[in-house]
Amino acid sequence: MPTIVVEVMPKAELLDPQGKAVAGALARLGKTGFTGVRIGKRFEVTVDAPVTDAVLAEVRTLANEMFSNSVIEDVVAISVDGAPVDLAVVA
Amino acid sequence: MRIGVITFPGSLDDRDAQRAVSLAGAEPVALWHGDHNLGGVDAIVLPGGFSYGDYLRCGAIAAHSPIMSEVIDAANAGMPVLGICNGFQMLTEAHLLPGGLVRNDHGTFICRDQVLRVENAATAWTNEFETGAEIVIPLKNGEGGFIASTEELARLEGEGQVVFRYVGVNPNGSMNDIAGVSNARGNVVGLMPHPEHATEPGFGPDTADAMRSGVDGLAFFTSAIAALVAV
Repeated sequence: MPTIVVEVMPKAELLDPQGKAVAGALARLGKTGFTGVRIGKRFEVTVDAPVTDAVLAEVRTLANEMFSNSVIEDVVAISVDGAPVDLAVVA
Repeated sequence: MRIGVITFPGSLDDRDAQRAVSLAGAEPVALWHGDHNLGGVDAIVLPGGFSYGDYLRCGAIAAHSPIMSEVIDAANAGMPVLGICNGFQMLTEAHLLPGGLVRNDHGTFICRDQVLRVENAATAWTNEFETGAEIVIPLKNGEGGFIASTEELARLEGEGQVVFRYVGVNPNGSMNDIAGVSNARGNVVGLMPHPEHATEPGFGPDTADAMRSGVDGLAFFTSAIAALVAV
């Protein structure tokens, strides 16, 4: 069963309080080699059929309109069984 | 006058909102997220809570509820719609209001009586206030940081769509201290603090006069009634 992976990150210019909290914990643990942590989301969407262009187009739309909120997040990667695919929505 | 309050899975403040509607002098109507039916109401409140456990993003799954297609149509036709806290998050996710809400900058949940300044007293939910009035209502959220792009922020400020601003302290890192916004038409308003918890003496914020006597939230609901009467 093919798996489509969609990765979403908070916009780079925004403060990421979760990542900041983890970065603070790392510093308290003495892990001083790391300068920052940002936390995003990974969606694993399984499909019970071959991943056609139509399926990919639907996932791109879902990624942009439901899995992410473009005001606060960016879709940074989509891949099918590990192979990256183009993020751009084909008209 | 009938004002609907929609209950979603995880709504917490729906009954408080219904009571606030009653105290303001309108008839509260309980609506259900799974219905495609607004029950003939004249205005709608999306209450606070943690719909769908805040999964995906706060308000995101609720914004795709069956009833939201009717809410979006009614809002676009001019019906007064108020989103409180999680309801505000739903309205941004449904694109009825601009901007978005992110986790509080300090990373912790906050619960306090909050001073707000009414920046726009011309909306369907604020017409009983004076512009510049300072009010106190409870604030309780974990993800109340209002954000928008620089251009969007300038547009909102320029066009009077900033309806409420935090005074004294910015409790969550909201850009420009924004606590609530409206759509361009002014019939849809959303804010993070909770007017419905400041509508009944004995149960509101403390005031200089007496403990828990604050009822600054009542004017939100009487404003909606006034807006409907004026139509």
